[in-house]
Amino acid sequence: MNIIKTKKLTFEYIRRDDEGNIEGITRAVDEVDIDVKAGEFIAILGHNGSGKSTLAKHLNAILYPTEGSVFIDGKDTSDEEHIWEIRQIAGMVFQNPDNQIIGQVVEEDVGFGPENMGVPTAEIWERVEESLRAVGMYEHRKKSPDRLSGGQKQRVSIAGVLAMHPKCIVLDEPTAMLDPSGRKEVIRAVRALNDVEKITIILITHYMEEIIHADRVFVMDEGKIAMTGTPREIFSRVDELKNLRLDVPQVTLLAYELKKSGLKGLPPAVLTTGELLEALRI
Amino acid sequence: MIRDITLGQYYQTDSIIHRLDPRVKLVATVFFIISLFVVNGFTGFILAGLFLFLVVKLSKVPFKFMVRGMKAIIFLLLFAVVFNLFLTPGEPAATFWKITITWEGIRLAATLTTRLVMLIMGSSVMTLTTTPNNLTDGMEKLLKPLKYIKVPVHEVVMMMSIALRFIPILFKETDKIMKAQIARGADFESGNLIKKAKSLVPLLVPLFISAFRRANDLAMAMEARCYRGGGHRTKMKPLIYKTRDRIAYLCIFAFMIGTIVIDRIFPL
Amino acid sequence: MLILDHLYHIYDEGTAMASTALDDINLVIPKGQFIGLIGHTGSGKSTLVQHLNGLLKPTSGNVYFNGADIHDDGYNKKNLRSKVGLVFQYPEHQLFEIDVFSDVCFGPKNLGLDKKETELRAYSALKQVGITDEYFYQSPFELSGGQKRRVAIAGVLAMRPEILILDEPTAGLDPRGRDEILGQIALLKAETGITVILVSHSMEEVAKYVERIIVMNKNKVAYDDSPAKVFTNFKKLEEIGLAAPPMTYIMHALKEKGLNVDTAALNVNAARDSILTALLG
Repeated sequence: MNIIKTKKLTFEYIRRDDEGNIEGITRAVDEVDIDVKAGEFIAILGHNGSGKSTLAKHLNAILYPTEGSVFIDGKDTSDEEHIWEIRQIAGMVFQNPDNQIIGQVVEEDVGFGPENMGVPTAEIWERVEESLRAVGMYEHRKKSPDRLSGGQKQRVSIAGVLAMHPKCIVLDEPTAMLDPSGRKEVIRAVRALNDVEKITIILITHYMEEIIHADRVFVMDEGKIAMTGTPREIFSRVDELKNLRLDVPQVTLLAYELKKSGLKGLPPAVLTTGELLEALRI
Repeated sequence: MIRDITLGQYYQTDSIIHRLDPRVKLVATVFFIISLFVVNGFTGFILAGLFLFLVVKLSKVPFKFMVRGMKAIIFLLLFAVVFNLFLTPGEPAATFWKITITWEGIRLAATLTTRLVMLIMGSSVMTLTTTPNNLTDGMEKLLKPLKYIKVPVHEVVMMMSIALRFIPILFKETDKIMKAQIARGADFESGNLIKKAKSLVPLLVPLFISAFRRANDLAMAMEARCYRGGGHRTKMKPLIYKTRDRIAYLCIFAFMIGTIVIDRIFPL
Repeated sequence: MLILDHLYHIYDEGTAMASTALDDINLVIPKGQFIGLIGHTGSGKSTLVQHLNGLLKPTSGNVYFNGADIHDDGYNKKNLRSKVGLVFQYPEHQLFEIDVFSDVCFGPKNLGLDKKETELRAYSALKQVGITDEYFYQSPFELSGGQKRRVAIAGVLAMRPEILILDEPTAGLDPRGRDEILGQIALLKAETGITVILVSHSMEEVAKYVERIIVMNKNKVAYDDSPAKVFTNFKKLEEIGLAAPPMTYIMHALKEKGLNVDTAALNVNAARDSILTALLG
């Protein structure tokens, strides 16, 4: 069974003017069909306003489809009975670290989810410890979140979700407000969860170098899935990506330019410097 | 300037006061405040001051940190002092031009200042040594009986704790917005009252918009983590009274009775 | 011209929490330069820029703008802030008016200019950042992230500064949005000759545009030179948690393998040409 499945998922909202009259209807997500297998690492790319965030919020039953349906681990999100189960199975990490940390001490924040689920006290402590260890924040457990760096705050947020024992974690631009070292920390933690704990990851981002390790990439545009494939497949389509207001890693772009200038023997997409050296046979 | 406000912040360290049950600290704070208002003379204030000093010492929160928090209420204090000094009728102590300062006025101003300062410091000790989550838990347990008269205790207390968590963040943000507008030539200091009030618009609009956005984000994040009110929750740190808490209850009770009685017997 | 002379800044001086944010900073910012100020969070770069327009007062040391010490008694700070324009990271922190045009008028109005001059400046500032007439009477809150950023920049440009300081102007934007805003700034620089200081934590982003890079690390200036020269220290930069642009790594890797390429190439086209020349002669 697929962990995530959407069928013609459509989400519309009504725009109103100052007097509250209906101005128009915006289709933020437009008949999206996706299937994600358990354990996959999925990256979703798309420019601002492409609908990727709205899509993400459907996977956690924060938003419900206007039309179509979303199944998380076989459960329909529009079925109210399953809401709490779904939110536990598919955890969510948001962009702004300051606006999702509830506790004033790291460990209390991580314990918030399990508390809400009614987990017994002794087990909450076990879960908090293992989650904080998994993201490398255990030694900071007694600190106030205000004293952490952006990257550390996001790792605490991830631990907070992890403590709920989800099968899948959806991360909605978790690195957008971080500096390069913070971004690296967070991505490393996310990859470890996928590799070691086999948790399904849905990573939404517009930093191209963060998706290289994904199993599959979905590119969104105007509420639709515009491209899909492995990172290598996606990055071989440089012009299409540029048209969608996106980019490719510098080494990929360099290889692409070399190929365009007539250099022979280069593969369709080069993802790392090592690959470029190999391709140039030097 | 804004970063100096310490009320509502948590000071992280390990002390006997930090480890006390939040219910003890809440009850103690209430008892302390009651004693401040029941005593009339300076005997009582001296005792209360000593008690407060002892508690602050035990809490390992630096005095400087607490004193800095007082800067925020300095205007309130000045206002109270001036008001009482000049407008209390009684036996004149000094006269300048048409203004007379009375002995009663001096005493009243001194009493009021002492009360206010100790009240703020006393409550600060509680918030500085108790995490909001802990405080919430304590209040929730203490106020539990109110549930039977349909007061949504958990929800109210949760709101308070979130407000506390966001106070420092919003202060920092106010500082940033102020700087951004000053960089555009805004002036928050000069001019008359109307002009000053008007000059706050460029500060308040971005601040409110941001506060609403944060509230929205937070609500979503809490829902995503299965929050649905108080009913189904368990506690990571359930409150259980220990010996030290019982001793603390005895201490605070003894302090209150002792202070009030001594204050009456040896008035100053 | 802006001169920083032995600038120190210590937060919470005299308390247990005292921390040095600036440690002996000496810099000269001549007229017309395009500068990148790089450092990771906590390196002191934000504190530094707030000294340039007098928002913060140094613990010791002096800031001179066009020859005068900005902390002298009677120095007109408001005038200084109109000459040294600082745009903070989040446009949400400064946009407040009912429409875009009024918001941009806020700065010049604060300078006491008359209505006509105010509107004239707002109009030309909006044009300079590429905001077209159809957005003038929209609410600034309904704009996209990139447009908000432009309006925020226009709000400062309308004061006609000699120096424009932009704190992380690309944060939160998508790749195209990032290129567009930086392109617009480069264009503005070329057209008006204004001094621009781009504050960023990404070398890659500023390398393409600036002529000088100042690297802040641990509250000191670690490097201050042309991009190509700064990036020759790419291994040292790595140690302080900053990466040189990816192209620098690629070119150095090629060179190590014996391909005679120009390691100073920073953009894709220069790198491509250099590789082609090295490979094909």
